[in-house]
Amino acid sequence: MATIDIHPHSAVDHHDEHDHGHEHHGNFWTTYVFSEDHKVIAKQFLITGMAWALIGGILSVLFRLQLGFPDANLSWLKPILGGWLTPEGKIDPEFYLALVTMHGTIMVFFVLTAGLSGTFSNFLIPLQVGARDMASGFMNMLSYWFFFASSAVMFTSLFISTGPAAGGWVIYPPLSALPQAISGSGLGMTLWLVSMALFIVSSLLGSINYITTIINLRTVGMSFTKLPLTIWAFFLTAVIGILSFPVLFGAALLLIFDRSFGTSFYLSDIYIGGEALPNQGGSPILFQHLFWFLGHPEVYIVLLPALGITSEIIATNSRKPIFGYKAMVGSMLFIAILSFVVWAHHMFVTGMNPFLGSIFTLLTLIIAVPSAVKIFNYVTTMWKGNIIFTPAMLFSIGLVSFFLTGGITGVFLGNSAIDIQLHDTYFVVAHFHLVMGSASFFGMVAGIYHWFPKMFGRMLNEKLGYIHFWVTFVGVYLVFFPMHYIGIAGFPRRYYSWTNFETFSGFADLNFLVTVAAIVTLAAQLLFVFNFIYSIFRGRMASANPWNSTTLEWTTPRLPQHGNWPGEIPTVYRWPYDYSKPGAKDDYIPQHIPYSETPESNLPHENELIKLEGVGGSAIVVEEKKH
Amino acid sequence: MNMIIGLGVVLVIGILFMIFRIGNLVEVAKDKKEEEHPWNNINAILFMLFMVVGLIGFFWYSYKHMGTYEPPVASIHGEVTDNLFWITMWVTVVAFTIIFIAMFWFTYAYRYKKDRKAAFFADNHYLEITWTIVPAIVLALLIFKGLRAWNDITSPASKEAVVIEVIGQQFAWTARYPGVKDKELGHHNYKLIDASNEFGLDLTDKNSYDDFKSLTLHLPKGKEVLLKIRAKDVLHSVYLPHFRVKMDAVPGVATHFKFTPTKTTEEMRAETGNPNFNYEMACAEVCGKGHFSMRFPVIVDEPEDYEKWMASQDSWLKQNPDYLKYVPANLKEAAMIKAGMPLNNAPVQTTVTLK
Repeated sequence: MATIDIHPHSAVDHHDEHDHGHEHHGNFWTTYVFSEDHKVIAKQFLITGMAWALIGGILSVLFRLQLGFPDANLSWLKPILGGWLTPEGKIDPEFYLALVTMHGTIMVFFVLTAGLSGTFSNFLIPLQVGARDMASGFMNMLSYWFFFASSAVMFTSLFISTGPAAGGWVIYPPLSALPQAISGSGLGMTLWLVSMALFIVSSLLGSINYITTIINLRTVGMSFTKLPLTIWAFFLTAVIGILSFPVLFGAALLLIFDRSFGTSFYLSDIYIGGEALPNQGGSPILFQHLFWFLGHPEVYIVLLPALGITSEIIATNSRKPIFGYKAMVGSMLFIAILSFVVWAHHMFVTGMNPFLGSIFTLLTLIIAVPSAVKIFNYVTTMWKGNIIFTPAMLFSIGLVSFFLTGGITGVFLGNSAIDIQLHDTYFVVAHFHLVMGSASFFGMVAGIYHWFPKMFGRMLNEKLGYIHFWVTFVGVYLVFFPMHYIGIAGFPRRYYSWTNFETFSGFADLNFLVTVAAIVTLAAQLLFVFNFIYSIFRGRMASANPWNSTTLEWTTPRLPQHGNWPGEIPTVYRWPYDYSKPGAKDDYIPQHIPYSETPESNLPHENELIKLEGVGGSAIVVEEKKH
Repeated sequence: MNMIIGLGVVLVIGILFMIFRIGNLVEVAKDKKEEEHPWNNINAILFMLFMVVGLIGFFWYSYKHMGTYEPPVASIHGEVTDNLFWITMWVTVVAFTIIFIAMFWFTYAYRYKKDRKAAFFADNHYLEITWTIVPAIVLALLIFKGLRAWNDITSPASKEAVVIEVIGQQFAWTARYPGVKDKELGHHNYKLIDASNEFGLDLTDKNSYDDFKSLTLHLPKGKEVLLKIRAKDVLHSVYLPHFRVKMDAVPGVATHFKFTPTKTTEEMRAETGNPNFNYEMACAEVCGKGHFSMRFPVIVDEPEDYEKWMASQDSWLKQNPDYLKYVPANLKEAAMIKAGMPLNNAPVQTTVTLK
């Protein structure tokens, strides 16, 4: 297998290999715990995120047990659930809501925001733009530890006697504001809000770092048009995060005021527990606007990094340039902008002015266009490729498949007239779990398989990866595809049981199937966890560039140390997708190879660029500074 | 017993681990110079298999169970939105099937072969413009149809619409009808709510005297119904699956939904062939522990039966004569007449006079 460590005849001289501060000696605490190295921080985010993913998955299996086996006696769970089981051995209906709420919160924020963005933005941004580290290592460290504090608070809330927050992950007041309405809105909700406030701080610290690093610390020659799509995705994700998370912070702050200081931002005309509350003049719909102003961009905060990772993996393993690089960047940019003006499609039937409903229908269905473009571009990238099915590639194809399957149902839900019936049914559950949940999760797993060799210097076991993929891929479809039928039949979500209704009396068979598939899918993740831990210590040794990839991170040594490159940072001369270029001897040309070295494969306009490639690429710098 | 199961599980995991280790060691020991990417063909074939079995399963189930997942429709706008739903379904299923087949076919057809080189095909503006514009046009048509329906559904109700108030609370629904005498709902105020006056009826408003409460939602067939929706404590959502109606009940914000039922309960029983069929109303917005139990029975009557039923209901004031004391003295007699209470037998009035 052809591998490239540091390209021996690049324009960059390597005589000063030992001048740089990669001999970074720290003790255990500064190296592994309070590390300021972006790679260590990325691993911290990854491992915390994986732990959360397991917890979130287990919670989902618990409530699926209730839905799939409504008559089962779960007393055997007594040692874990204790008082949350009724004397008949069933899950308490209020605890059921707590499970649903915590599953949503954990998966959306802790796994797919922190675990995905936190891991791969941190790991890949400096390595792919050619920087020694993030712009501020200290802020980066704070970002992780705020996330850790946030995790600790949220984790604690699982064990308190009144239970964790239980009003749904969207925490709509008044339910979330009034402890007399549901016990989870007592201390559990307070902890939820504290945890999310910490989480937002963490997210902002991270995002500011990502943006600064991408703008300021790109290596010589790395213009924006030469950035890998991963970096574009992380960049836009960070921008979205900075603009939308503070709004959630504001919404949460007002909710805290309403809960603890007697204000009435969201509360009005409430009679509960035998008394009329004094609050008047507030509007619960205000909260929904504020929440979804973050909540919808959040979908893209979760999804864009996954799409970026997938772009990279599909191009590499198809041995083909990504199709329509500019269209891919353009559609991500367009999605990022539009993501801010579609939020109220979550609120068509909340009593919002119907005219607003019309506007948001229009804007929502427009966002389907760039999403469709992305799918077409992925499929075309594979067309006439030479596809190698690494586990990462399998998961990336899985992502495209989920993105297609789940995206298409968005055309129904975005259309307000159709949404009247489908809103808050299992159709919605099926839609967003496929398009956002599973797709992003697959992006994350694909990223782990692809960059594991650079993270840990060893390879994950491929065969276990294949088994993991096939069980998970088929499992996810078996979990979420049947939900479309259940949703079209009108079954509402967040129902503990449907037996009270004649209308919702069917589909015990599908619900059973879904639960069994969910259990099997979760079990397959344990296989992955085993593979992950085992391979860190015992995996096959990786080469520096095991996938024959073009981007800069593969020019680092097998295990990059602090500072990433032992010598000078390589200069970049070409875009990141020179795969299977006609005339070239290998089927890939890394970004740091100058055109002057590849006369056999240069396109006419690339030959023009050779004369700009002067010593050390200084001419390029002048040219690229204009961007 | 549990210990044996536990031991068994540990044993199985241990054996699996040993197999995995031995497999790894054998591979290392053999140091085989096998073909590159030995699992590539298997994965490609599995993708094809997945595509074929998945599509067949999808079409087979969708066709075979057509009747079970599509709830019967019983309102005018419901037929419009159902129609829109199925048009969207056809458009998206065609698009989905084409892309799905293309994608998995490519993974199979272009799987790794040693002597093939991938095409250097980085962009093609005609292709890209085509697949930007075509979805845009199709979506524009769907939006256009959808918005027309949406505007009709959300347009103001006509003056003749039958007004019914639906109130959500943890964890039950109640309905308030305006009464046959004035056909107007009386004012309410949440601060007047107590154990008996669950509507918070404002008895200084004379429209409230003939209002009555119902624990079943009766609707007249063929007449426009305007549901006025409110909530007492937390968010709820009025959800009438057969009428394709859904609207949140929001404390402090009045919401409404208008629709026209088209089939009586009897007609629906005949249509579905289910003599026990009943319309139902559910809660669609999570509202706490009993969210899943907020069933509210719904009956659609022929208009004349509906009128009869309306006339047979006792007003709320008649059922709660104690509350006469909150009626202003000058309106008391009118209130009793309107509420259908016998005037001569009026102990309450006497006591008030004595005061």
